[in-house]
Amino acid sequence: METSSQDKPMMTGDRTIPPEGARYITIYIMGQAYEIPETLTILKALEFAGFQYKRGCGCRGGICGACGTFYRKEGDHTLFTGLACQTVAEDGMILAQLPFFPANRADHAGVDMDLSPDEQINTLYPEIFRCVGCGTCTRTCPMDIDVMGYIAHFKRGDVARGAKTSFDCIMCGLCVSRCPANISQMNVAMAGRRIYAAQMMPRSEATKSRADQVREGRYEPALAELAQMSKEELKELYVGREREPDLSKPGEWMPADTTNL
Amino acid sequence: MQHGYTPEMLEQIKRVEASRPERLAESQAGKAFQAMSMDQRDEVLNAYHPDYTEEGRRALGIGANKGEVYPEELVDLLESRSFIEGVEVDLSKPDIETDVLVIGGGGAGTACALTAAQAGLNVIVSTKLRHGDSNTVMAEGGIQGADQEPDSPYFHYLDVIGGGHFKNDRGLVAAMTNDAPLIIEWLESLGMMFDKHPDGRMQVRHGGGTSRKRMHSAGDMTGAEIMRVLRDESRDHKDKIKVLEFSPAVELLMDENGRCAGAILNNIETATYQVVKAKSVVIATGGTGRLHYRGFACTNHYGATGDGLVMAYRAGAKLGYMESVQYHPTGTAFPEQNVGLLVTEKVRGLGGQLLNIEGEQFVFPLEPRDVESAAIIRECVGRKKGVRTPTGRLGVWLDSPLIDQLHGAGTVERELPAKYIQFKRFGIDIAKVPMLIYPTLHYQNGGITIDDKSQTTIPGLYAAGETTGGVHGHNRLMGNSLLDILVFGRRAALAAVAAIEAGDLPGAANLNHLTTYADELEAANLDRGIKSPMILPNYATDEIRAHRWNVDSPVI
Repeated sequence: METSSQDKPMMTGDRTIPPEGARYITIYIMGQAYEIPETLTILKALEFAGFQYKRGCGCRGGICGACGTFYRKEGDHTLFTGLACQTVAEDGMILAQLPFFPANRADHAGVDMDLSPDEQINTLYPEIFRCVGCGTCTRTCPMDIDVMGYIAHFKRGDVARGAKTSFDCIMCGLCVSRCPANISQMNVAMAGRRIYAAQMMPRSEATKSRADQVREGRYEPALAELAQMSKEELKELYVGREREPDLSKPGEWMPADTTNL
Repeated sequence: MQHGYTPEMLEQIKRVEASRPERLAESQAGKAFQAMSMDQRDEVLNAYHPDYTEEGRRALGIGANKGEVYPEELVDLLESRSFIEGVEVDLSKPDIETDVLVIGGGGAGTACALTAAQAGLNVIVSTKLRHGDSNTVMAEGGIQGADQEPDSPYFHYLDVIGGGHFKNDRGLVAAMTNDAPLIIEWLESLGMMFDKHPDGRMQVRHGGGTSRKRMHSAGDMTGAEIMRVLRDESRDHKDKIKVLEFSPAVELLMDENGRCAGAILNNIETATYQVVKAKSVVIATGGTGRLHYRGFACTNHYGATGDGLVMAYRAGAKLGYMESVQYHPTGTAFPEQNVGLLVTEKVRGLGGQLLNIEGEQFVFPLEPRDVESAAIIRECVGRKKGVRTPTGRLGVWLDSPLIDQLHGAGTVERELPAKYIQFKRFGIDIAKVPMLIYPTLHYQNGGITIDDKSQTTIPGLYAAGETTGGVHGHNRLMGNSLLDILVFGRRAALAAVAAIEAGDLPGAANLNHLTTYADELEAANLDRGIKSPMILPNYATDEIRAHRWNVDSPVI
């Protein structure tokens, strides 16, 4: 029993090593005080305090949006936001995570494809015109995205700019929770990006023609031949590959041997 | 709280800055550090790669792969009992009946669900966290696909099989490389924001071990973009795809002929169980980074605990390549808060170089990942030319500022936005100072054995993505896992469709395999009271554990 990996503390693999003589600080997790060594992220501080996450923890690397967190500091009226996995716990921090928040998502399947991209967005999410321009969403975003800015781009019909401005969105929902106009910004942005990419960005011609060649079965004979080769024969082909130069110009370089293209 | 590098480290960075002008001139002249020969690769792997040493591994004592030597943490997990073994449950009255049960809500599972739904099947997706919580979202640098003129699936195949040390399952490699252009086209049609040139041409780059530029990207959050697009698309098919979040599968159901018949799901919030009967079951539960082999830090998602492996193995499925684990060469070594987190290979694809404490290059930056990792470990441990952090970790420099000098100011921030923000939070501007990195546990090369239709060795059971083994051989190249999950996720769905069309259906469900496995465990004297699957890692400290008193709490 003592030897199982489940019974061993698994902190070795994911533990912050507190520097020698680490100072302990007090943080308030949903109002309750806990003593934790300083330098931990909020996420690791909760685990140190004894919480085992079900909700509110995901990639632990700032990209999945599971651990959006609100906090205040003692004696300060300001409401701060951050990702628990990316924000270092500070003495006197009073925090609560927001593992889920109800958001409006419009079903894209019903949208009229004859409409222009910006009209599609307006049809799906007419509430963007209720934006009061308070900027709380932008101040709330843990990814430093100009949320109000991209909503304004979509309102103005600049779908491309809205899509690009919102690109870093991790859909944590913190902006949604704070919007006085009840806009679900993350879903507006999601629709905007997909509409922009699918309908406005030019399609890749090379991808289309290569996919057609695959569908025609063009490469199957060559791949079948490779399957029959000895390891030595494969090694020889591998070592003899021509490497495309790092600084080759897009669509210009071609290998000397074009037989298997 | 830490703010940026310590004064000592800033002093050491001056050596990187001192050698930079010369390195820049060489890069601009097209000169690179000499890549290793095949013999040199073998030499560094044998001496320094964790897979090639005996420590921390032992032979598995039970099941279809008995006798094979795996990391001990994995062996512990496989030599275990089910925690629903012996529970009385009427399996003849399932709570849910469906065409396809997909276990796992990441990229592979969602691609499978979409493809099955498109063919008109009803799909249940079971996932232990939220839909999309997976290693897919953490894949930063790109997805490979031979869609450019100087390239083809033939060259992609050669790169994959050479990178995998010629150990790969060739049928899987052919399937993956041949499907790749179809996958890129599919993602484009769904509205994925690929990095493109103004005329629509894909921006493609090299990755470690590629002979042609075929790395497609969406900023440095390629996986996150793929996942959010697939998830969003699946939400438009709610009539066909029902996602059960916080409801992991904990055991497979089998029929009397040894065919898979469904699974038991556990709602971890209400602590209740559901019986799901399914015509086909697809395991897409991802990898095992959270087992922390040998205490290595990992780049993986919180849920990467290998649940699908355990369930399938207990039901008799064969595993393959489990002895092979990928350590990503560039995991963060500083600051402490980011330790283990991935620094995308794209940094090196853009021209970033690896440097020792003297500010000297010691390895070609784009060797295959295992070779690159072993070379970094050699530089730190063997040649003692690593940089030591205040907490005693070792690392080497990854010279990101060189990228701006090669491609123009602003390139780092534009091409690596997620990484830029992640370091900036801790006072480190990676456009101005290098990152300190060390290899980190990244990817499970092995897994459940499948064929090119994603069929496991158990009828009615399919598997896709990191939970499978074979396509990458003993080493995966960057950009081939985002591809792998989508190719075999879709193929699993197509196989499920074909099985249903052929009238291949399961009989009455049972859980007899749990007793059989437990008996074998006892007979081999391996029952150490471990129960699995793990579902979530437990990072409680010794002190917290002591205060839990090891009693059944009245509160779930």
